[in-house]
Amino acid sequence: MSLIISMFPSVLMIAAPIIICALGGLFSERSGIVNIALEGIMMVGGFAGATVCVLLETNPALGPYAGWIGLVAGLVAGALYSILLAVSTINFKADHTIAGTALNLLAGGITIYLCQIIFNQQRTQSFAKGISKVKAVPILSDIPILGDMMFKNIYPTIFLAVILVFIVYFVVFKTPFGLRLRSCGENPQASASMGINVYKMRYAGVILSGCLGGLAGAVMVLTSGVQYTIASIHGVGFISIAALIFGKWNPFGVLGAAIFFGFSSALGVYASMIPILNKLPSEFFACIPYVFTIIALIVFSGKTVGPKAAGEIYDSGKR
Amino acid sequence: MSKKNEKIIIPLIAVGLGILVGMIILLLSGKDIATLFAGLVKGLTGYDMLKAGSAVNLRYPGEFLVSTMPIILTGLSISFAYRTGMFNIGCEGQVIMGSLVSCMVAILVPMPNFIAVVVCIIVGGIAGALWAFIPGLLKSKFNISEVVTGIMLNYTALYGANYFLRALPGSSAQRTVNIPENAMLGSELFKQITNNSRFHWGFIIVIIAVVLFWFIIEKTSFGYSLRATGFNKEGARYAGIKVNKSIILSIMISGFLAGIAGAIVVQGTFGYGRVMVAMDNYGFDGIAVALVGGCTALGVTFAGMLFGLLKVTQPLLQTFGVPKEIGEIISSSIVFFVALQYAIQYYLLKFTSGKKKKKQELQPQGGDVK
Repeated sequence: MSLIISMFPSVLMIAAPIIICALGGLFSERSGIVNIALEGIMMVGGFAGATVCVLLETNPALGPYAGWIGLVAGLVAGALYSILLAVSTINFKADHTIAGTALNLLAGGITIYLCQIIFNQQRTQSFAKGISKVKAVPILSDIPILGDMMFKNIYPTIFLAVILVFIVYFVVFKTPFGLRLRSCGENPQASASMGINVYKMRYAGVILSGCLGGLAGAVMVLTSGVQYTIASIHGVGFISIAALIFGKWNPFGVLGAAIFFGFSSALGVYASMIPILNKLPSEFFACIPYVFTIIALIVFSGKTVGPKAAGEIYDSGKR
Repeated sequence: MSKKNEKIIIPLIAVGLGILVGMIILLLSGKDIATLFAGLVKGLTGYDMLKAGSAVNLRYPGEFLVSTMPIILTGLSISFAYRTGMFNIGCEGQVIMGSLVSCMVAILVPMPNFIAVVVCIIVGGIAGALWAFIPGLLKSKFNISEVVTGIMLNYTALYGANYFLRALPGSSAQRTVNIPENAMLGSELFKQITNNSRFHWGFIIVIIAVVLFWFIIEKTSFGYSLRATGFNKEGARYAGIKVNKSIILSIMISGFLAGIAGAIVVQGTFGYGRVMVAMDNYGFDGIAVALVGGCTALGVTFAGMLFGLLKVTQPLLQTFGVPKEIGEIISSSIVFFVALQYAIQYYLLKFTSGKKKKKQELQPQGGDVK
């Protein structure tokens, strides 16, 4: 039991970027654009975050806030990069999967190219601090058990992620904007007939997903890494897509799925200390998110859970 | 402009735009564009333009062909599924499974000379086909997108394969032992001719695959039923084609080609199994090759050479002082521009119809995309 408690901070560290990125995917898929490019967007965000953090760290005035400014840089970079996806899929009717795949490949090339230009090596320089852990959250850390699990020695990014879950839930399910966004993902022709600008809504969906994807990349690099390399993101963008599906395209589902996936990743490291589980190879735990998502897809099949028109190219004349 | 011309012109425009993007990025970062072309020429012919009078080094064309072989196979793999209306993004995982099983059989099962090479390649192919069976079955039975299952299976394959590779006798944390000499595709003869490049007999397998692909897709009734399924699933079903069977068979053949690509990477290029931290993108390169090649046998062959060249040029560019990632930037921009084919088509039509109004041959815009 004490092991699980001590494991929890690293579970939450792994889960935070998955939650944020999957929320990004939620915006885009709810608006009807399948965003395979999340992996690439995370790379761009992670690179921007790490670079800004390295460059500002030595600055006397901004130094203490370098990590947080890095997060903002990641968010902006992700948003800018996602515009490429928006233009290609919304205006130029490109296949969502192909455009997304191209952007994933491009992200790997362009980030490392820029590293070579800026730092003369195939990775960014390592930053000294990134985002630092909170030693203990006042009051909350005094709660027995729960305080040790969630409010001591923890990265503040998980709180950001949980707050975002509530915000996204409110925006998508409780506001007129959210209703319009969702309608574009279900039946864009019907939405258009009600006077909704489908193009605008989808732009909003994709760029919001770029913001959150980029933020997630920066969160991941600045909390769990010391620098950005080509292997920094290693498939977390795709795990986020898995979390989105596993969480049935719902923010709270996403939260649960991401924590579950974070738990299975952390187990890969901690399993050697747990009897029974230490017989299993660490690769087994790495596979869990993917295998469970396939099983979830089979269980969900035949029911309508995902946005109906996601992945379809919008053609205003279609009946 | 006729449909047939368009199929050739659009990829060519995409390639041109991709190279243009690469050139602009080089310029913006203050590098010399000439190095890019010098790199490409050296990668293709082995002649160094920047050093006048230097001898041609046949090692470079040899390595160029080595990098071309697996991506022509993965390009064919993606194309085969694409012609049946499926996007086999799981190709990467099928390559990994092909590599794994070919490597395991080569190391664990002692076999006589010639048989070893053939058996290892075929079991690699079968492993790829079986891995592709999963998305095929889920697509035909539950109507689950092969894209999502494919992505999930890619990572399952990556981590799963690492476990088995490490468990093989004699493996270190990074690689297995060398596979036995008699399962290798390499040859002393080629080594001598091409100045110690890794060029190997795999090219024969690639040629067979290209010809068989063309024959099956274009010339057999089986290929016709696959293409019909790709054009219009419901129409094909109405015409009496067993659509579900077509889907599963097509993605399995696609997986078989990917598995063979994985096998020749082990048996030809490296000679041992690699424990991988990240994917090495043979499958994703295949997507690029298939799209640029228009999913035809000949197109894929040429596109495979183009992307193989971009790949093999990367280390050369690094020696010329240009970051090697420019190769990836160019190849991924090309894929991006191919994805924009409707835009290219639109502007092309606008451009040509503006020029010669008489020859106008308007085509329906927008509408059906798949």
